[in-house]
Amino acid sequence: MRIFIFHLLTPILGLSLLLGGAKNLIAAGEVEVLHWWTSGGEATALRVIKDNLQKKGVSWVDMPIAGGAGVNAMTVLRARVSSGKPPTAVQLLGFDITSWAEEDVLADLNDLAKQENWNKVIPQPLQDFAIYKGKWVSVPINVHSTNWVWANKAIFDKLNLAVPTNWNEFKLAVEKIKKAGIIPIAHGGQPWQDATIFDSLVMVAGGADFYKKAFLDLDAKALGSKTMEKAFSYLRFIRANLDPNFSGRDWNLASSMVIEGKAAMQIMGDWAKGEFVKADQVAGKDFICFRFPGTQGNVTFNADQFAMFKLGKSQKVNQDKLALVIADKDTQARFNQIKGSVPARIDISDAGFDACGKKGIKDLRESAANGTMMGSMAHGYAAPPAVKNAVFDVVTKFFNDEKVTPAKAAKMLAVAVAIAQ
Amino acid sequence: MKKRIQNILPLLVLSPTMVIILVFVYAFIVWTAILSFTNSTILPRYSFVGWTQYIKLWSIPNWYTAIKNLFIFTPLYISISVVIGLSLAIFLDQKIRIEGVIRPIYLYPMALSFIVSGTAWKWFLNPGTGLENAMHNFGWESFTFDWIINSDKAIYTVVIAAVWQSSGFVMAIFLSGLRGVNDEVVKSAKIDGAGFFNVYRYVIIPQLKPAFASAVIILLHLAIKSYDLVIALTNAGPGNSTEMPATFMYSYTFARSQMAIGSASAVVMLLTIASIFVPYIYSEVKNSA
Amino acid sequence: MSSNKFWRSLIYITLLVFAAFYLLPIYVMLTTSFKSVDEIRTGHILSWPNVFTTDAWGKAWFDACIGISCEGINKYFWNSVKMVIPAVLLSTLPGAFNGYVLTKWRFPGHNIVFGLLLFSCFIPFQIVLIPTATVLGKLGIADSTLGLILVHMAYGLGFTTLFFRNFYQAFPDELVRAARIDGAGFFTIFWRIMLPSSGPIIAISVIWQFTNIWNDFLFGASFTSGANSPITVALNNLANSSTGAKEYNVDMAAAIYAALPTLVAYVFAGKYFIKGLLAGSVKG
Repeated sequence: MRIFIFHLLTPILGLSLLLGGAKNLIAAGEVEVLHWWTSGGEATALRVIKDNLQKKGVSWVDMPIAGGAGVNAMTVLRARVSSGKPPTAVQLLGFDITSWAEEDVLADLNDLAKQENWNKVIPQPLQDFAIYKGKWVSVPINVHSTNWVWANKAIFDKLNLAVPTNWNEFKLAVEKIKKAGIIPIAHGGQPWQDATIFDSLVMVAGGADFYKKAFLDLDAKALGSKTMEKAFSYLRFIRANLDPNFSGRDWNLASSMVIEGKAAMQIMGDWAKGEFVKADQVAGKDFICFRFPGTQGNVTFNADQFAMFKLGKSQKVNQDKLALVIADKDTQARFNQIKGSVPARIDISDAGFDACGKKGIKDLRESAANGTMMGSMAHGYAAPPAVKNAVFDVVTKFFNDEKVTPAKAAKMLAVAVAIAQ
Repeated sequence: MKKRIQNILPLLVLSPTMVIILVFVYAFIVWTAILSFTNSTILPRYSFVGWTQYIKLWSIPNWYTAIKNLFIFTPLYISISVVIGLSLAIFLDQKIRIEGVIRPIYLYPMALSFIVSGTAWKWFLNPGTGLENAMHNFGWESFTFDWIINSDKAIYTVVIAAVWQSSGFVMAIFLSGLRGVNDEVVKSAKIDGAGFFNVYRYVIIPQLKPAFASAVIILLHLAIKSYDLVIALTNAGPGNSTEMPATFMYSYTFARSQMAIGSASAVVMLLTIASIFVPYIYSEVKNSA
Repeated sequence: MSSNKFWRSLIYITLLVFAAFYLLPIYVMLTTSFKSVDEIRTGHILSWPNVFTTDAWGKAWFDACIGISCEGINKYFWNSVKMVIPAVLLSTLPGAFNGYVLTKWRFPGHNIVFGLLLFSCFIPFQIVLIPTATVLGKLGIADSTLGLILVHMAYGLGFTTLFFRNFYQAFPDELVRAARIDGAGFFTIFWRIMLPSSGPIIAISVIWQFTNIWNDFLFGASFTSGANSPITVALNNLANSSTGAKEYNVDMAAAIYAALPTLVAYVFAGKYFIKGLLAGSVKG
């Protein structure tokens, strides 16, 4: 009788092994790259790296995890690292790089860095994250900044609007646009998008020093201050000038609203430009870009970096090739022209860039020199993830709940940040 | 010899399952419980910090929102599903000619994941693209239905979608219960002059106790696990207003790199569930003894 | 008599109104999938397509973009098929044996074993994610279909055992006893006596497991990635990848592809499902 059961079980087990298959060991000339670049402009930019890598004989195994500005991707990464099988390279931001480096799972890229002189060509604020305890653990591909406004030029021309340079001018412009029956601000109601706007508002309310004190030093007094209340009241003004369907909308769909002329402006990092470019829009002609009114001279940055995970010698060769391609001048120039960001290297000519790209490069160099290049809270370059998310909680709660007053929000912010530390 | 094999055979057959369950369920629960007493952040770490994470957990406003939502969602979801399910089952039991067509229509939502129907739901509930927009198109200009973007009401849209998914299934449970009701008793009640409502109220529905029990157990279990639903519909927004314990745990463990707090919340969830289900399981087990 | 007629029409109307409520999402999905992107933008959610086009269906299956690979969802669909068949079989068969042992071959402590199994049905899966990921890695089957099969089997055993155990409990002990006196062994009784009468409960168990495993998102999203993802994860990625204007018609067509197997199972096997419920499978 027992033989009988084996007759039945063997085919099932066999079937499952056959169908499931023990599989997916990365082949010799391949790198597996985890990222969350799934929108049109992003994916096109990514092809630049992929193609340049292919030329070096290494093929790119794509591992895109869409959604949540990288939240889902980080979930998968954790499972993969816990299981001892991390991807070859991973797109990481700011304090996430530090967190992974602390777990001692990132590969050492010092030899390459020395050979390629990364110390000289990468701005110091980026090195603070790319280097952990004296070791290069990641390669930055670009620098984004979050304090940008993207505007539909036709609407601005039609309403005879000048580029606003401070909060009051911005307010007047918004009201004028609203009167004309156009949605003033295109926005997607997701916590990280709310927080992206808030980066600029904190800067406008209290200037660069206040931003540094509140968001980089996490000073409890600054977080709960009157100035912070002001930033929140600005946010309420923004909230009052959206269309009713903003909830849950993806950022690139908000960009489309500006492209199509349904809305006048979007307050978003410069990855938004990728969507404009992808829709055949020309900077200065179809759309205009300006620093969030009142923040010219400051840059709240967010840089995409690729961290290499420790995978042993056989993979190190490919990782080095990938790192070289990412740090390559040609790759960085072409990648960033498409993506909307500016190169992480400061020794790349701005020749091939459009008006917004040129401005971005200039602003970055200036702010890096003046010490006003500061990490974006919304994108994990100002504080560790726990704090960042605590800020998200308060900002998005305030944004969606009229009952929370600016004064209460500032108090909540100070408490939430204290708990998260 | 043969006899002895026959005696241990049942245990042998059962043992692989037991090993798997002991490891994958019970050992892993202990593992997570251990993590909740550590200071793990991005990956498990084993330096112990006592009850710190639990104290932190109960100081996070989001956690209270999650608990509050669970207490709003669960009773509404279960009671509405049971009322709709039972009513539809009774109606369908009136020798309805189109029962064969209606039944699969009621039942199919249970076959769909919210990852599948979520986009349609999100679209439908959004005032700019969905029902409100359609009503305006039909000429009913004053119609508003914007709960999903309102942080006080968004949780009710989650209830609507959840009821849509499982009330048909509850109907099926009650329908099978109704088909098992003793006809003789019903007939004699009718002969005694009891009307339609009284027959149901006093004779039939009391016989559906097992159906009620299984419906409630299944719904409770779905309610506490509700994760895909919230993620697909509101992603816990707007303004974290639809956070639930399951999404809270996931977000703290994975998005926020506060694994220890996430583990602590998972332990609290587990204890809550245990306090409800252990008595049920005890009664199940006693029945069989 | 006329009052009776009135009540009956009221019942019919109620039943049809609810049918419309249940059909609404699938109606929206279907009509949208046959519209063009332009028509979606100009029309509204409930409108009937002016021009039927099946473009979205072809695109969703063969060349919709997920990340930078534009190969449609077909390969993820097959991933799910490869996962669900073995996982359903491997959880149902042991469940049947367990139910048989727990009702007809009781041993001291059998109720503790059953209690432990039953409780495993109700745990929130979040509590096992991190340990599971670690163990799958140690076994060398992280990020593979095989790993998912194991996980689904492990967390499905509780349910299948519950189903079969409740079903077999109502099965007359006398028949088993008589067979044993005739000299039939453990397996003979199972194959010749128990299994042939288990049709309805097998149907329940298979449908239940099939739906749960096919629809799973949490495990799929946590333990697989990229090319190994099941359809639900790919679908979520697709719906979140948008190039400028969102192609709702492609999203909807892809969603219907993903729903098709479970829909078919429910519509065609639903009858057995009800019969199985009648057999007291999920009783309280």
